[in-house]
Amino acid sequence: MPSFVITDKCDGCKGQDRTACLYICPNDLMALDKETMKAYNQEPSMCWECYNCVKICPQQAVDIRGYADFMPLGASVVPLRGTEDIMWTVKFRDGSIKRFKFPIRTTPEGSAPPDGGFGFGSATLDDQLLATEPASLRVDKLWTLGN
Amino acid sequence: MQDFETKEVTTDLLIIGGGMAATGAGVEAAYWAKKNGQKVVLVDKAALDRSGAVAMGLSAINQYVGENSPIDYLSYVQQDLMGLCRQDLVMDIARHVNGSVHMFEGFGLPIWKDPDGKYVHEGRWQLMINGESYKLILAEATKNAIATLGDDGEIVERVYVHELLLDKNDKNRVAGAIGLSVREPFDFYVFKAKAVLVAAGGAVHVFRPRSTGEGLGRAWYPPWNSGSSSALMQEAGAEMTSQEVIFIPARYKDGYGPVGAWFLLFKATATTASGVNYMGEGLAEGGELHNWLPYGAVKPIPTCLRNHLMMQRVYMEGDGPILMHTDKAIAKIVSEAPDEKAKKKKLKELEAEAWEDFLDMTISQAMLWASKNIYPEQGPSEIIPSEPYFIGSHSGASGAWCSGPEDLQDDSSKSEYFWGYNRMSTVKGLFAAGDGVGDSSHKFSSGSFTEGRIAAKAAIKYCVENADLPEVDQAKIDELKAKTYAPMKLYEDTKDYAVGDPHKGYTYSEEINPNWIDPKMLMFRIQKIMDEYAAGWGSQYTCSATTLNIALNLLKYAREDLDKVAARDIHELMRYWENTHRLLMAEAHVRHKLFREETRWPGYYYRADFKKMDEDNWGKVFANSKYNAETNEWEMIKRPNIRFVKIEKVVGM
Repeated sequence: MPSFVITDKCDGCKGQDRTACLYICPNDLMALDKETMKAYNQEPSMCWECYNCVKICPQQAVDIRGYADFMPLGASVVPLRGTEDIMWTVKFRDGSIKRFKFPIRTTPEGSAPPDGGFGFGSATLDDQLLATEPASLRVDKLWTLGN
Repeated sequence: MQDFETKEVTTDLLIIGGGMAATGAGVEAAYWAKKNGQKVVLVDKAALDRSGAVAMGLSAINQYVGENSPIDYLSYVQQDLMGLCRQDLVMDIARHVNGSVHMFEGFGLPIWKDPDGKYVHEGRWQLMINGESYKLILAEATKNAIATLGDDGEIVERVYVHELLLDKNDKNRVAGAIGLSVREPFDFYVFKAKAVLVAAGGAVHVFRPRSTGEGLGRAWYPPWNSGSSSALMQEAGAEMTSQEVIFIPARYKDGYGPVGAWFLLFKATATTASGVNYMGEGLAEGGELHNWLPYGAVKPIPTCLRNHLMMQRVYMEGDGPILMHTDKAIAKIVSEAPDEKAKKKKLKELEAEAWEDFLDMTISQAMLWASKNIYPEQGPSEIIPSEPYFIGSHSGASGAWCSGPEDLQDDSSKSEYFWGYNRMSTVKGLFAAGDGVGDSSHKFSSGSFTEGRIAAKAAIKYCVENADLPEVDQAKIDELKAKTYAPMKLYEDTKDYAVGDPHKGYTYSEEINPNWIDPKMLMFRIQKIMDEYAAGWGSQYTCSATTLNIALNLLKYAREDLDKVAARDIHELMRYWENTHRLLMAEAHVRHKLFREETRWPGYYYRADFKKMDEDNWGKVFANSKYNAETNEWEMIKRPNIRFVKIEKVVGM
């Protein structure tokens, strides 16, 4: 299909400054019907099933039905993404269920430091060192031919 | 048709793209720009948090050199590409890449560690990560970096750059770019810049994919990668290289789930349907790989040759499908646990690792296993060679011909491979990184980020040393703006020919308008030509001068038909421009394939009229090309493959 919107749950993010799934879809697939204020996938056959619309939706109003041309029906994969980890529920066609939980990051949201915590070194525009080197390499100097 | 406002953005450095290479470029450029009073603008066709090839996440970092030397990494890359890679570019990334990975950890990316605190390797060069948010974390670092520039830094999202601008007085100097916004109020963007860094991804959907219904979008590489890196630069007249080198990943069938963890971490083996270990057999004395010396007899077996062995078995001998024995691999690892309790624990651990491998980066594959009741511990799964992709990373090599670093050269290579600024193309001020740079393979996510850093530093140096802003011809911009929206105008002018009540024109089916075809049909036309005449999976990856010339002729017609492609809205207009990029990528690819009269990468494609590798004539050169957009003429060029670093021993995976 692949992503579809559960219209009972979708409110078009009208209380927020932007519609989350439209904002995030890497392929410009999610669109908003302004009359009904419901989102929809405007070009399902170009969907990568990256699940970014599913993960970001504040109402959990987006789900995925597997590609019709090669996936037997009946399975589902549902994520629940928090600030530190993600929970997955995988339901098989035969009804069995598996659950997994994986970490997603080790720092608070928004805090990623541009220098990676290494500080900026003494590089100049005329040498081969990049901004955080050599500290970020964890060696004394940058490798070149002959050493 | 609505009137589109023009929005002008003037900067020193313009970064086009939002993936791994572009985020690396953004982080590095911000530091050097701040230090030198330069402005940086990054333009992304999507949202930076989840754009590019790592939008979904990734379960491993495939380039970490660790304590190996850059020459060790080079030995592996040169072997894998059948001898063709730019040694300077490959070593350059390899010497910086550890720093990028350490920075990722500092940003907040969880990298697996063993009880001693050391990284868990999947293979020699690969690290296991919890990578669901890999791209988002890097995007965050880039945003934080650009924010330090205040008014001198900007990230523009949802603008699709479809053409570069050249200096009015020097046609070999870049002057900026134009793009269309796909968000209201749908502005037309004109970027004026001293330097432009192209990191806009590889190409998907140039060749017909294996799934063509709803599953069309489930390509291995993301469907939004439409060849913009190559097309933007080729159109601007930059010399391009190795556009004949496509990449064919062999992955789990239909879902394209990764196989790296299964082969390298879990030590699974793959066999033909009848149980033949085709790789072992190919390597053994007298085996097929000995027809491809020297590369065939050395481990690790090059990616194309692994495909080749698979294709021979499946297509020539009918001994398909190829099966990955996940069950046996799991059983073996579990059997090594000391007791029943430990065995149970190990099985649970492996199960989580195996499913995370999919859920982090190819969620559809998890859904596919679930929908087919596939339990990897119970039986094998099919793997299959995919459709061809254009990618400057992995075992692909297509992209721009760029200057390398000054210090990683000898005298002969320096005169051919160095022209002032690292990763600058043959067009002044036009830089590239990631899938935009050719002959610099196996950079993957971490190496692409690293190449972005390398190119960005050099680009800021260029801006400082070339302080005058190039001149942009206003008449040219007016012309380009009209051209940009022409497909929408065509639609507006002719839509009443169809679906009228009362019936006004020809038909009640909107798509069948005699005045136009839609952008998706243009894409299908390109895919059909490429699949059937330029060695796609539908022609069993085989072509000849005869079929390639048919392809060229059909692609010429497609180009002539471009002004008869209509777009019903802005979203479709973006698709139109994406497909013009695919078309140029296709034309370049066919010309390169025709030029290189040998079969260098069996398992990627076969020249039926030149069945063997010709080391004497083609092992020593790269196939390059230049396109003149004004005259629509192509020039094919040979550039020397200078192996100034002697490889004593190939270091494996």
